[in-house]
Amino acid sequence: MSEQAPIEREEFNITVYTENHIGLLNRIAMIFSRRKINIDSLNTSPSEIEGIHRFNIVINETEEVVSKIARQIEKQVEVLKVYYNTNEDVIWQEMALYKVPTDVIAEKAKVERLLRENGARVVVIRKDYTVFETTGHREETDNLIKVLQPFGLIEFVRSARIAIIKGSEGFNRKLREFERAEPGQEVIENEFLNSREKVFTM
Amino acid sequence: MLTQEKQVPALPETDTLLSGGQALLHALVVEGVDTIFGYPGGAIMPIYDALYDFEGDLKHVLVRHEQGGIHAGQGYARSSGKVGVVFATSGPGATNLVTGLADAQIDSTPLVCITGQVFAHLLGTDAFQEADVIGITTPVTKWNYQITDATEIPEVIAKAFHIARTGRPGPVLIDITKNAQLQKFSFQGYTPCNHIRSYRPKPIVRKEYIEQAAELINSAQKPFVLWGQGVMLGSAEQEFKAFIEKTGIPAAWTIMGAGALPSDHPQNVGMLGMHGNYGPNVMTNECDVLIAIGMRFDDRVTGRLDKYAKQAKIIHLDIDPAEIDKNVKTTVPVWGDCKETLPLLTQLVEAKQHTAWLEQFREFEQKEIDAVIREELFPSSGEMTMGEAIQQLNELTKGEAIIVTDVGQHQMVACRYAKLNHTRSNITSGGLGTMGFALPAAIGAKFGALDRTVVAVIGDGGIQMTIQELGTIMQSGIDVKIMILNNQFLGMVRQWQELFHERRYSFVDITSPDYVQVAKGYGIAGRSINQREDLTSALQEMLSHPGSFLLEVMVTKENNVFPMVPQGCSVSEIRLK
Repeated sequence: MSEQAPIEREEFNITVYTENHIGLLNRIAMIFSRRKINIDSLNTSPSEIEGIHRFNIVINETEEVVSKIARQIEKQVEVLKVYYNTNEDVIWQEMALYKVPTDVIAEKAKVERLLRENGARVVVIRKDYTVFETTGHREETDNLIKVLQPFGLIEFVRSARIAIIKGSEGFNRKLREFERAEPGQEVIENEFLNSREKVFTM
Repeated sequence: MLTQEKQVPALPETDTLLSGGQALLHALVVEGVDTIFGYPGGAIMPIYDALYDFEGDLKHVLVRHEQGGIHAGQGYARSSGKVGVVFATSGPGATNLVTGLADAQIDSTPLVCITGQVFAHLLGTDAFQEADVIGITTPVTKWNYQITDATEIPEVIAKAFHIARTGRPGPVLIDITKNAQLQKFSFQGYTPCNHIRSYRPKPIVRKEYIEQAAELINSAQKPFVLWGQGVMLGSAEQEFKAFIEKTGIPAAWTIMGAGALPSDHPQNVGMLGMHGNYGPNVMTNECDVLIAIGMRFDDRVTGRLDKYAKQAKIIHLDIDPAEIDKNVKTTVPVWGDCKETLPLLTQLVEAKQHTAWLEQFREFEQKEIDAVIREELFPSSGEMTMGEAIQQLNELTKGEAIIVTDVGQHQMVACRYAKLNHTRSNITSGGLGTMGFALPAAIGAKFGALDRTVVAVIGDGGIQMTIQELGTIMQSGIDVKIMILNNQFLGMVRQWQELFHERRYSFVDITSPDYVQVAKGYGIAGRSINQREDLTSALQEMLSHPGSFLLEVMVTKENNVFPMVPQGCSVSEIRLK
């Protein structure tokens, strides 16, 4: 192994359009875990079309591996379409929330300058704490952590990455046509879970 | 089994009140299911209760273990070309299916498995016999789904059959909670599914690729065809034969593809892979155009990928786009069902004869006959070989039998030497290599092809893994010929230990029971032989016996299967000894 040339990995953004289906997240995640590939970031949320979800998955791998994985994902029954792109091919954002003590921040920090320099905004101001929000690339959201840490950062959270593909002609139109031709189905959840005490069964 | 005379329930009118269990069975009848392999238990009892009234339409085979049930389902699917159906209860019943699901997934076998599940209100509470079956089976199924409400049953079962049998086939598991099986609902009819909006079973055939492929084939000096099970899964045996015969190209097979072209076809040059024939392996690295049809370049076929057919331009015909470039980089990908793509290709290729090229395969074949085959099939030593047992079987069955093999040395020998005149005649666990596969799979294969002779060829290791299925044979009265090739070792592991682990025979010495006595205990006739002069008469006795018969053939202990591509070597480094 040591004699081989170093493998050139880079960040890839995998975009997956799927049906809204219980268990599909598991099925997609297993495609990565089976190959012992770490998922750096995973976002899944409803798309603009009801019943269709959009996954954004970030992994650090070679293009060859990513293209094979993309085909394996697209092979799943409930998956509509898979794209994969390098960071240069997408516009991407992560959102971060920072909770800091209000008294310290009000006294010591020049809040206005701090917010302006970091492109942040205040989400909540309470007596005991203030929550800031910033959106951007990793280094941008990391910057504000460094700034706020000395002021007693209480809690920090960052969202998964979401990305829009620069080169695509827009999947929205295709999705809408798709939905018009064949509307999605409702997710059927387990409606009996909460009726335990009322049922006696063997 | 069932003592009372019953009327077969006709498909009920819509708006009839049905239980979930009844709706499921009506769905199976409409889907053309005739045989179910299964084992009842607490969480699937409402379905079995409904099954009591379906005796005329749905034959249920009570297996002795769920693993036996699913392998039987696989054998049925492989011999009949239909979807195998398996029932199991929740928890341990369902987890016992996992090996068979993984086997069916990797060998693309269409199955619909129905598992019972605890009541929906108990899900996730570690209830009695509860297991997260959906979670456990996700990586080994083409699709799975949990039903908690009976009204879902007709639509979900229709989807299950559509997914299992179309495109690249595979196993589907439907987990039905007990309340959903019991629940009465207003049945609105059953319509088989032929379309799911997010499921594309077949890729669109691209004409430009067909044209490029034809051009490559027409300009090739040394073209070579490799075919796999895809030819059979696509029912494209005739189309394949037409293509082969028009182009005159020599063709070799993977063990999953065995039988799609008869063994004695002049262009059939043999088996590929680790224990395949010498010529096809060596010539893979000599050909200029390699045409892979419905095969997936398994590592047991390719050996080292960086030394595999590097000189050749590669055309890959496959229905599954994820297979293209997965292992071997393709020059021209021909996406599609080979039933559609092969005739398009045949139209465009020139009629040719590659006599000189084909002759080279024959030369290698002669070399292999001299070095290996003659001694294996007609040994000069006193002890019997596995090869001569298969050779004698060929003489008597004349290639008309279905051969079901387990996993190990006998599997490689049987696949190498069995004569197969017909498609769907070689049933083996190719991808997963599941020991214990053959006995239950042979039972299923017989149910799937009642008019054919089914011979299970099993090693002394494999038979002991699922030997309890002799009970299924006893109870169902099915006619399966069981041939145990007993070398008193876990032979293939021993071979590897001999060749690669300095003969350190670590736990491969396996003792067998008296198989004839065991069979007798199950009411099955049997015989054990250890002398060559008894072989033909014993095989004749087995084949002509009315009903199942177990024949144990004591073979030489330390015989190796050759040729062999050692692991980590290229296919052209195949060893003859």
